[in-house]
Amino acid sequence: MSFSPIDFPVKVDLNACIADKGCTVCIDACPLDVLVIDPTTGKAGMKYDECWYCLPCEKDCPTQAIRVDIPYLLR
Amino acid sequence: MQTINNEDLVLTSEEIETDVLVIGGGTAGPMAAIKAKQQDPSLRVLLLEKANVKRSGAISMGMDGLNNAVIPGYATPEQYVKEITVANDGIVNQKTLFAYAENSYAMIEELDSWGVKFEKDENGDYAVKKVHHMGTYVLPMPEGHDIKKVLYRKLKQTRVNVTNRLVATRVLIADDGRVAGALAFDCRSGVYTVIRAKAVILCTGAASRLGLPASGYLFGTYENPTNAGDGYSMAYHAGAELSGIECFQINPLIKDYNGPACAYVTGPMGGYTANAQGERFIESDYWSGQMMQEFHQELAGGKGPVFLKVDHLAEETISNIETILHSNERPSRGRFHQGRGTDYRADMIEMHISEIGLCSGHSASGVWVNEHAETTVPGLYAAGDLACVPHNYMLGAFVYGRLAGESAASYCANNELAVVDTKQVEAERQRIFAPLARKHGLSPTQVEYKLRRLVNDYLQPPKVARRMEIGLVRFEEIRADLQQMVASNPHELMRAAEVGFILDCAEMAAKASLFRTESRWGLYHARQDYSERNDAEWAVHVQVQKDQSGDMSVFKRALEPYIVEPDDVEKAVYQQIRIQPKGAVVSSGVSHEL
Ligand SMILES: Cc1cc2nc3c(=O)[nH]c(=O)nc-3n(C[C@H](O)[C@H](O)[C@H](O)COP(=O)(O)OP(=O)(O)OC[C@H]3O[C@@H](n4cnc5c(N)ncnc54)[C@H](O)[C@@H]3O)c2cc1C
Ligand code: SF4
Ligand code: SF4
Repeated sequence: MSFSPIDFPVKVDLNACIADKGCTVCIDACPLDVLVIDPTTGKAGMKYDECWYCLPCEKDCPTQAIRVDIPYLLR
Repeated sequence: MQTINNEDLVLTSEEIETDVLVIGGGTAGPMAAIKAKQQDPSLRVLLLEKANVKRSGAISMGMDGLNNAVIPGYATPEQYVKEITVANDGIVNQKTLFAYAENSYAMIEELDSWGVKFEKDENGDYAVKKVHHMGTYVLPMPEGHDIKKVLYRKLKQTRVNVTNRLVATRVLIADDGRVAGALAFDCRSGVYTVIRAKAVILCTGAASRLGLPASGYLFGTYENPTNAGDGYSMAYHAGAELSGIECFQINPLIKDYNGPACAYVTGPMGGYTANAQGERFIESDYWSGQMMQEFHQELAGGKGPVFLKVDHLAEETISNIETILHSNERPSRGRFHQGRGTDYRADMIEMHISEIGLCSGHSASGVWVNEHAETTVPGLYAAGDLACVPHNYMLGAFVYGRLAGESAASYCANNELAVVDTKQVEAERQRIFAPLARKHGLSPTQVEYKLRRLVNDYLQPPKVARRMEIGLVRFEEIRADLQQMVASNPHELMRAAEVGFILDCAEMAAKASLFRTESRWGLYHARQDYSERNDAEWAVHVQVQKDQSGDMSVFKRALEPYIVEPDDVEKAVYQQIRIQPKGAVVSSGVSHEL
C-alpha cells in the first residue's frame, strides 16, 4: 500500500502513535473502516478518503496521536 | 490486506447458526439483542455489525437529546399520537405510534437506570423542553456521550454474541416464505458468511447516501454514511412491504458541514431559525415537510440565505451552547466553525437544505411494521430509522428495538430453523464477489457518485413526473454499470455492494413518488404537476414490494381507523408554519413560542 502525498483529513502523529506496541483502538472504532496500519511505518494512517468527521478515533486514542480535520471539500 | 488472494476468497465461507440474528448494532440493534436475550436467556442471540458495535451508528458520539420523549406531567400518549398524526399529514398507523408512546417513559427510566444521563431539574425530575408545535417532548442530554458505552456494557452482561465488520447483504428466505437467516461478508478478510437463524431483526438505519450533498463529498451526509440503505434493499429483496418511501427526508442543516445546527438545543435557550434580515419566519423549528417547504420558499423568495441565530444571546448561554454542540453528537461542529471564522457571538450560522435520504427516524420512509415490529415476512422484524414508524428518532429506535427483540424471541419459541436454499447462497456469492474477479472496470466510487448525482437531478423536490421517469431510465443504465464494477480488496467490495443498495433505494423513491399523484408533507413530496393535497384519493399508505415475478410493485394500503382523532384546530397547526404578518388572525390559537 502506498500513501499518497495528498493531504488526508485524518493525521497521525507518528511519534505519539503506539500502533507498533499493539494498539488498534482508532482502527477498531472507525465506523467507515478508513484507518489501517501503514506497513511502511507500523503506525495508524488513513487509507480511504471516506471520513464522516465523527471523531471516535480521536476521542478514544490513548495517546492523543490522531487528529481529524474537516474534509477539504467541506471546509 | 495485500496478502489476500482474490480467487481464494470467492471460495472460502463460514457458517454460523443462531436463534435470533440482529443486523446492525447502532441504536435499535443492541436494544433488540438485549431484550431478546432477557426475554429468553436460553436463546442464542447474535448481533452482527458492519462497523464496530462500540462506536457504530447514529449515536456513536452521543446525542444532544431525546426529541420525542412522552413523559407524564408533560405529555400523554394521546397528545403525542395526535401531534405526529398531523405532523405527518395524516398518513400514520396510529397503533404503531401508540406502541411507541406508551412504552417511551419506561424506556427512559430503564436507560436512566443503566447509566444514560438525561437532563434533570433541581428536584431530580426530567427537564423537558418545548420544540414541537403543540406538545412538550424534548429532553436534553448534554452529557449523553456515553450512551454507546452503556449499551456495550449491557450487551456483555446479557451475554449477547457480537461480530464486527460483517456486512449483511441479503436475508435468506426458505421455500415456505419464512426467514432462514442472512448472508454477509467480512469487509476486512472478505470471508463469505452464511448465518442460519430462526428470526432476523433488521436495524441497519437510514438510507444516508441517497442524494449527493451539495459539497460533492460522498461521505458528507447528515446520517451516518455507514448506513447506505442496506436494510431497505434487504427487506425489499426478502419480499417485505415498504411504506412511505415517497416521504423523503430533507433536513435544514449547517451549510456544507451537513450536520444539525441545532435548533432543538438552542431553541429552548432562545436561538431560532432566521432569514438574512435576522427575522424569524417559521413558527416552530420542529422538522417537518411543511417546515422544510417554508425554508425552501425563504431561500427561493429572495430573503435567504437562512441562518441559525444565537448571536443575540447572553455570553453564558452561548458558551453553554458551545459546550454542548462541540462535545456531543457531532463534536466536529466547533472545528468547522473555527475553520470558517464563525463565532456564535458575532455571526449567524449559514444553513442550507440537505440532499434527500430515506429515514423514518425523521420522516416516514421505511419497512412496514405493525405495533409488534413485525414486517410482512414471517420471522423478519425491523426497528429504528429503517422501520416505518414516523418521526421515531432515537427513543423510537430503542422502544421498537425492544418490541422487535421480544417479538423475535417469542417467534423462536414456536419455530425451528428453516431450510437454507443453497441456490440463494451461491447466487449471492456470485453477485457479491464478482467485482473482485474482474480485471478492469468502473470504480464503485465513480458509479456511486454518478448515481447520487442523478438522484439529485431527478428526485430532489419539487418533483415532476417527466423528470422522475427520465431518472428511472438513467437508474436502469446504472444497473447495467453495476456489472462493470471492479474491486481490489474487501473494503472496496463493501463499497460496491453499497452502490447496489443505494440504487434499489433510488428506484423505490422514484416509483413511490410517481405513484402518489398529489402533493403532501410540504417539501418532502411537493409535486409540481399535482400541487394540491388530495385526501379523497390519497389518504392512504403507498407500499412498495417485490412481486412474484421479481418486479417492483407499488400499491395503496388503506389507513387503519384512527384511535384518537385530532380536532380541526390541531389538524391545521402544521399547515401554518409560516409566521403570519402582524394583525393577521392565526386561527389555531396555539402559542408557538419556543
Ligand atoms: C447527526 C444526527 C443527530 C441526531 N440527533 C438526534 C437527537 O438529538 N435526538 C434524537 O432523538 N434523535 C436524533 N437523531 C436520530 C437518531 O439518532 C436515530 O433515529 C437513531 O439513532 C437510529 O437508530 P438505528 O438503530 O435505526 O440506526 P443506527 O444507530 O445508525 O444503527 C444502524 C447500524 O447498522 C449498521 N449497519 C448498516 N448496514 C449494515 C449492514 N449491511 N450489515 C451490518 N450492519 C449494518 C451500522 O453500522 C449501524 O451501526 C440524530 C441522528 C443523526 C444522524
Ligand atoms: S488509537 Fe492512537 S495510538 Fe492507537 S493506533 Fe490509533 S493513533 Fe495510534
Ligand atoms: S472521524 Fe470518524 S470516520 Fe473519520 S477516521 Fe475518525 S472514526 Fe473514522
